[in-house]
Amino acid sequence: MRMAILLSVPVLGITLVLQTAIAGRIHLLSGTFDLILLVLAAWALQEQVKAAWVWAVLGGLMVGIVSGLPWYVSLFGYLVVVGVGRLLTRRVWQAPLLAMFSITFMGSLIMGTLSLMILRFFGDPLPMGESYSLVILPSILLNLLASIPVFWIVRDMARRLYPAAVEA
Amino acid sequence: MKKISPRTLQTAIIVLVAVGVVVLALGGYFQTASSWFGGLIVDSQTWISNRYLAMVDFLTFPRDLASLRQRNAELEAEVARLQTQIIELEQQVTETEILSALVDFARANPENTYKAATVIGRDPSPFLNYVIINIGANDGILPGMPVVTQQGLVGQVDAVVGEAARVIMINDPASAVNVRLQKANTEAMLVGSLTGDLSLDMISQDAIIEPGDVILTSGLGGGYPPNILVGQVVSVRKLDYELFQQASVQPVVNFSQVQFVLVITNFKPVDIKPLLPTR
Repeated sequence: MRMAILLSVPVLGITLVLQTAIAGRIHLLSGTFDLILLVLAAWALQEQVKAAWVWAVLGGLMVGIVSGLPWYVSLFGYLVVVGVGRLLTRRVWQAPLLAMFSITFMGSLIMGTLSLMILRFFGDPLPMGESYSLVILPSILLNLLASIPVFWIVRDMARRLYPAAVEA
Repeated sequence: MKKISPRTLQTAIIVLVAVGVVVLALGGYFQTASSWFGGLIVDSQTWISNRYLAMVDFLTFPRDLASLRQRNAELEAEVARLQTQIIELEQQVTETEILSALVDFARANPENTYKAATVIGRDPSPFLNYVIINIGANDGILPGMPVVTQQGLVGQVDAVVGEAARVIMINDPASAVNVRLQKANTEAMLVGSLTGDLSLDMISQDAIIEPGDVILTSGLGGGYPPNILVGQVVSVRKLDYELFQQASVQPVVNFSQVQFVLVITNFKPVDIKPLLPTR
């Protein structure tokens, strides 16, 4: 578990760099990828993983520091994503890709809606309809597209980190 | 009578035959024979030479193939290296041109002091139009400092850490900039949007606005220095029953392609919020 926690810093750090430097520049309408969400979702879906909550807290804080959104939005949002992921692991663990798609869809929707609500609460003039049609739904589509490769990479990483659990 | 020896006779015959052959050759009587003979020699030599070269090729071919493959790989690697170098040089030329334009802009506006920065990232949230630049508090950057390019206004420093800063661009939905329409000489409010488009609001109904009118910062509100170019009016929406006119704006800065920016470091933003009426 200690190794998994130690690993979270470079993995999430690199993911955040990729997110801000590359993924944030790729747009579908006004939506973008959320690589941190995808990594956290894929990590939470690995049955053998124990430190998913720590990863969520760290990822949320990292994004909170970099982003203009209030820090607790990403923290709370990613904790919810990991919570749903752990729940799905217990329920539909036989179909990991289906679980990944489900959590990606729900997580993107939750994060988008949460961001929208908080920004509107603080007075940003964001229209609801346009926010969903131009930002949240395109972001969901992009995240679904990226979810499969991210899932395979994270699963491979988890198997390398927990080889004993795989053999058992 | 002296008897001629057979040897002498033989020699004489040989000499006579040789002289005869030479005379016949000089007379052109051997041309056909010499041609046939020469052709035979040349054909034979060609055949032997070709077979020899074929054998040499056969024996040395694998070694040449290996060396050719190696040479080919070397040349391919060289081509790849040169192509990479070309791309890097093109990138450097582009960067140099941009930086040169930034320097020209700084020279043309000597009233301000600038710090150049590179855009290294964008905000992770798709709702926010923020960029991250590679200079921060250690370089004297403070929140509120205006950010420009050689084309015009980009935004304002929003948050700072030691080595980086976050800049809110003027096309962010939360951004509002006081501007002045140069031709109409009237004030307006420039606001961003979710899609990144810019629009003008709070334009007086009396003002005569036309597409193409130049928009500059007004300096009102203390958030930005005056007379920084922002963009041009694209279209105007004027309805008699509304209090103000509105207009859509074509910005001079391409916000999705911003690579290098200048931070105006000698501008002290004024926070007028405490002066605003609360009721």
